[in-house]
Amino acid sequence: MTARQVPQLTEPRPSPPLSVTSGRIDSGLEVMAVRRDGAPLVQLRLSVPFAGDGEAHLAKARLLAESMLAGTERRGADELAAALQSLGGELSARVDPDRLTISGEALAAGLPDLLGILAEVLTEASYPSDDVVGERNRLVEDVRMSRSQPSVLAQEALLRRMFGAHPYGRELPETDQVAMVSPEQVRSLHRDGVVPAGSVLVLVGDIVPSAAFDQVATTLAAWRPSGTAPRAPEMPPLDPGPTVLVDRPGSVQSSIRIGGPGLGRAHPDYAALQLANMVFGGYFSSRLVENIREDKGYTYSPYSTLHHASAGSTIRILADVANEVTAPALLEIGYELGRVATLPVRAEELESARQYAIGSLALATATQSGLAGILLQLATSGLDAEWLQAQPRRLAEVTVDQILEQSRRFLAPSGMVTVVLGDAIAVEPSMRTLGDVVKG
Amino acid sequence: MGAGGPRPGYGHGVTSIQLTVPSLSYPVERVTLGNGLRVVISADRRAPVVAVAVHYDVGIRSEPEGRTGFAHLFEHLMFQGSASLEKLEHFRYVQASGGSFNGTTRFDYTSYYEQLPSNALERALFLEADRMRAPRITPENLANQIAVVKEEIRVNVMNRPYGGFPWLLLPPVLFDTFPNAHNGYGDFVDLSSATVEDAQAFFDRYYAPGNAVLSVCGDLDADEALTLVERQFGDIPARAVPDRPSFGEPGLREEHRAEHVDPHAPAPAVGVAWRVPDPLADLGAYLPYVVLAEVLTDGDASRLRRRLVRGDRLVTSISGGISFMWNPFDVRDPTALVLTAFHPGPVEPVLTALDEELDRLATGGLEPGELSRVQARLTASQFSEVDSVLRRALRMAAFEQQRGRAELVGELPSLIADVTAEQVVEAAATLRPDRRAVLEVVPGGRS
Repeated sequence: MTARQVPQLTEPRPSPPLSVTSGRIDSGLEVMAVRRDGAPLVQLRLSVPFAGDGEAHLAKARLLAESMLAGTERRGADELAAALQSLGGELSARVDPDRLTISGEALAAGLPDLLGILAEVLTEASYPSDDVVGERNRLVEDVRMSRSQPSVLAQEALLRRMFGAHPYGRELPETDQVAMVSPEQVRSLHRDGVVPAGSVLVLVGDIVPSAAFDQVATTLAAWRPSGTAPRAPEMPPLDPGPTVLVDRPGSVQSSIRIGGPGLGRAHPDYAALQLANMVFGGYFSSRLVENIREDKGYTYSPYSTLHHASAGSTIRILADVANEVTAPALLEIGYELGRVATLPVRAEELESARQYAIGSLALATATQSGLAGILLQLATSGLDAEWLQAQPRRLAEVTVDQILEQSRRFLAPSGMVTVVLGDAIAVEPSMRTLGDVVKG
Repeated sequence: MGAGGPRPGYGHGVTSIQLTVPSLSYPVERVTLGNGLRVVISADRRAPVVAVAVHYDVGIRSEPEGRTGFAHLFEHLMFQGSASLEKLEHFRYVQASGGSFNGTTRFDYTSYYEQLPSNALERALFLEADRMRAPRITPENLANQIAVVKEEIRVNVMNRPYGGFPWLLLPPVLFDTFPNAHNGYGDFVDLSSATVEDAQAFFDRYYAPGNAVLSVCGDLDADEALTLVERQFGDIPARAVPDRPSFGEPGLREEHRAEHVDPHAPAPAVGVAWRVPDPLADLGAYLPYVVLAEVLTDGDASRLRRRLVRGDRLVTSISGGISFMWNPFDVRDPTALVLTAFHPGPVEPVLTALDEELDRLATGGLEPGELSRVQARLTASQFSEVDSVLRRALRMAAFEQQRGRAELVGELPSLIADVTAEQVVEAAATLRPDRRAVLEVVPGGRS
């Protein structure tokens, strides 16, 4: 067959400038309203700093998120949900170790009412005792279900290994902690913790930003309890050591999880680390995927990612592999980490990762919900839309030497920790041929 | 709450807000190339992004006996190099252009797609054309992808609780014939016995240009895009297009029930399915079921969440929709309205409450305002989905392939708005116990 010529790329077209109105309203809430026409919708994201120490906080925070929309002083859960639905909308709340995030959408014409419902929930959520108790039982069951998933168990094992007793060491509450939370404790957490100071509200869609901003300022004016936003304490330094094996009898795969420190988006070396991670395992055309999937067939979906939290960023590597190739997969992952940390990447590898990173930003911000999500993430790290506009230029300037420098700092296997969730009888002997293994 | 702008009907404890649901229309240019490839092009210049999708009219239902999982395995092989490209080059060209890619195998079609910065449009067309011309099917690539697919099945089905629920577990309870009932991910024995010859024959038979639709959406000029399409795809030789058989089979006359013991599941779950009208033959009769599924399970205001999750607290979660992969707008007959629920206690009270709720709807009708709010939400969620040019390209490809009408992407909201309360109630009245299939997931106790 004659090889045909792969077409060249044409001149790129820049993303259109964003029309943004942003600022802080009297209560201390940061507001960012952005026009992105397209669907006749508006996307809403509200992020409230919500860190706390200990298992009790985690249990209370989760239950608060589950029952936040269970009623207000003026109406019950059914009516609230029906009102949202009438706007073509939905609203939901979730918590992570740093934040409470309320997300929703509605037909753009419904924005005033959507904000009205949000304000009602923020200022008047009543946490009816019956509903909270019902949600509590549901949460206990939900946690139990989550812990039956190997992906959740593996994630928990990695977080324990990386963070120990730090609040980032756990994402799921213990069921006995959940069972002890009272409705009054949830109400009190809402009163003290759901505060505008340090919070960010992002609106993106078929809206007029200045008018939307004014609507927020008016409608959310009554949400103004004082209080300071708690932040997670500093992350503990990583303590590298032997691979941790968590036994899951009967498992037909091993869930390999590797983690170590990283850099946040605001750091001057972030673009270089982002590309280093990409070359290693951050996208399909990476060394990790081409090696253990496309060459060896050990796994379906291995990847490496940068995870950002308030107190710091981390790198996490994930691969689920068949029992019999657990040790060989660990060997190959270690090899690829060592290779990227000690030898320069090829120029075309850097170029490919660079173009992918730049293109991904354009793709991710091309939808209303994608743009809202990214702006929220930026805003909660103290960054804004300007970071988005400037990031392609920063990526364009990264050199092969900078990649090697960041890989040496953050991708060297000696600076990372490894946990494996799998059937110990099946995988431990061959894992021991590679080095020390401790049971976790 | 502070004073706000006009809030019609709001603040009195009643939910009578009525918004005018807007409509959207997307431009569609269509052409059929000399080799039979059908092409739809839709320009949207708001963001510098394009999406390219190719849908082949072959899916899980067309797999031969003894080759379960073959349509999906073959999808993997389409990424392993092509007429002019070595293995790995497809991925690298897409991603080094700033784009992302994937493929998906459904009951009725197989889809390949990319989303890229718009300066890569012709490259994306080239990549799709090159594998439509000839995928590089070798023993090495086949063995490699059989191994990868097995890991995919292990991670998604065998090694986790509720793996394959409901999409692999419920069809064999509702259906009797092999095409509709078999395991679409594939039996490991079948996967392992797949040969290069099988793959080549599958390609020759089903991957003819005339059996495909190419959909291109986004930051493009329709005329220029058409020129590029002609240039890249025009010289692919035409081949015979296979007749698509009917996969129809009679509905149930009595309840079918089955149990699946899941060694990883910590709690029971149940899936229930009822056949629905042919989505293609009679869209007007089908759409009330789409709306009904939302009435039953969409959001906290839905009937089954109110009753089962927050009322009786018999279930921890319940979901519902049309088809086993929740894709109501690109599935063909036969398909079903499907409900799934996770319930800590026994199943019978759940089924009883479900029957009572369906009965209440069938005899008592909808509440005031219930239909319009469900229609508003369903419409908004459709707008939200096709806000992405990739999702829009995929929708258009499916609508064009199955219905010859890519424009349905924009027309759907008004069709949803035309559904009446009487139609929804009539649909609910058909969800009787003697027409349903019930699959119970039983915890196997290992964990």
